Amino acid sequence: MSLLSYFFGSKPKTAAVAKERLSLIIAHERTSNRAPDFLPALQKELIEVISKYVNVGLDDIKVQLEKQDNCEILEVNITLPEQPQK
Amino acid sequence: MTRVIVITSGKGGVGKTTTSASISSGLALRGFKTAVIDFDVGLRNLDLIMGCERRVVYDLVNVINGEANLSQALIKDKHCDNLFILPASQTRDKDALTEEGVEKVLKDLSHQGFDYVVCDSPAGIERGAVMALTFADEAIVVSNPEVSSVRDSDRILGILQSKSRRAIEGREPVKEHLLITRYSPKRVEEGEMLSYKDVQELLRVPLIGVIPESDDVLQASNQGTPAIHLKDSDVAFAYQDVVARFLSEDRPLRFVSYEKPGILKRLFGGK
Repeated sequence: MSLLSYFFGSKPKTAAVAKERLSLIIAHERTSNRAPDFLPALQKELIEVISKYVNVGLDDIKVQLEKQDNCEILEVNITLPEQPQK
Repeated sequence: MTRVIVITSGKGGVGKTTTSASISSGLALRGFKTAVIDFDVGLRNLDLIMGCERRVVYDLVNVINGEANLSQALIKDKHCDNLFILPASQTRDKDALTEEGVEKVLKDLSHQGFDYVVCDSPAGIERGAVMALTFADEAIVVSNPEVSSVRDSDRILGILQSKSRRAIEGREPVKEHLLITRYSPKRVEEGEMLSYKDVQELLRVPLIGVIPESDDVLQASNQGTPAIHLKDSDVAFAYQDVVARFLSEDRPLRFVSYEKPGILKRLFGGK
């Protein structure tokens, strides 16, 4: 084996690849799997309230819960249309 | 006060039962009255690892259904006087484990003066696995330095943080420990295997130990002797360290570094 690798060069360091892939997928799954159940309902009700005053659609509101160590941040992002209804 | 410890992992084949057998034996060797429960309903295996498969008469589901009382079902370990095994049922009924039933068994064990109850979780995230972690005070998450195992460990940590009683009731969270098994320092050194630091960094759980990859584990299971009892074995020493750290003793990590081969081997071994 070592003679082979001597001739064909050393093997690639796959552990680093594994770590990179894992850190991405774990970060992604932590935000999607650990989101509490009320988020979709909250998003729906927010749209109902806001659309009473401003013309917004389903895609204009993004609700996200982020966790940083011991602190949870609820992020609500509302994109208002350029000319609000009068 | 009885402490309930779940040994869990998400992925199968990473060493949950081996770990359950060794940690429960280790706690018993330290003088604690300990019970170890197999939650893998339908796929009973802890009895084989503990070497008591021929003494199983009643099981966990029998106790839950009131077909036997706890003292009848508990099997005394052959190595330690203060260790008892509660085997899993071989029934194929998936609903055999009820939350009330498990809670009652744990309460009865507490009344009988047990110091520790070790719950050997089945693989997966189904009912058996959730039941095993529901009443846990502490969790030992077993992970191999390998991508699918690490990802599944993270999943099970999420379940622990949402479905355990402690989480649901808003009490102090389950105390989590990370145990890395089947570790090969040589492969880590060569960049082929995630290091224990990598795994810990990814999962963000305090490390309780690293168990080296070893032929001894198979030798132990062949004989039905928990690996912690093996003589002059790195695996046994590593598990003894884990038990010591669990009991808040300070033990430096062992078996995590690889000694480079001597000059002769380096001369003829390339690189």
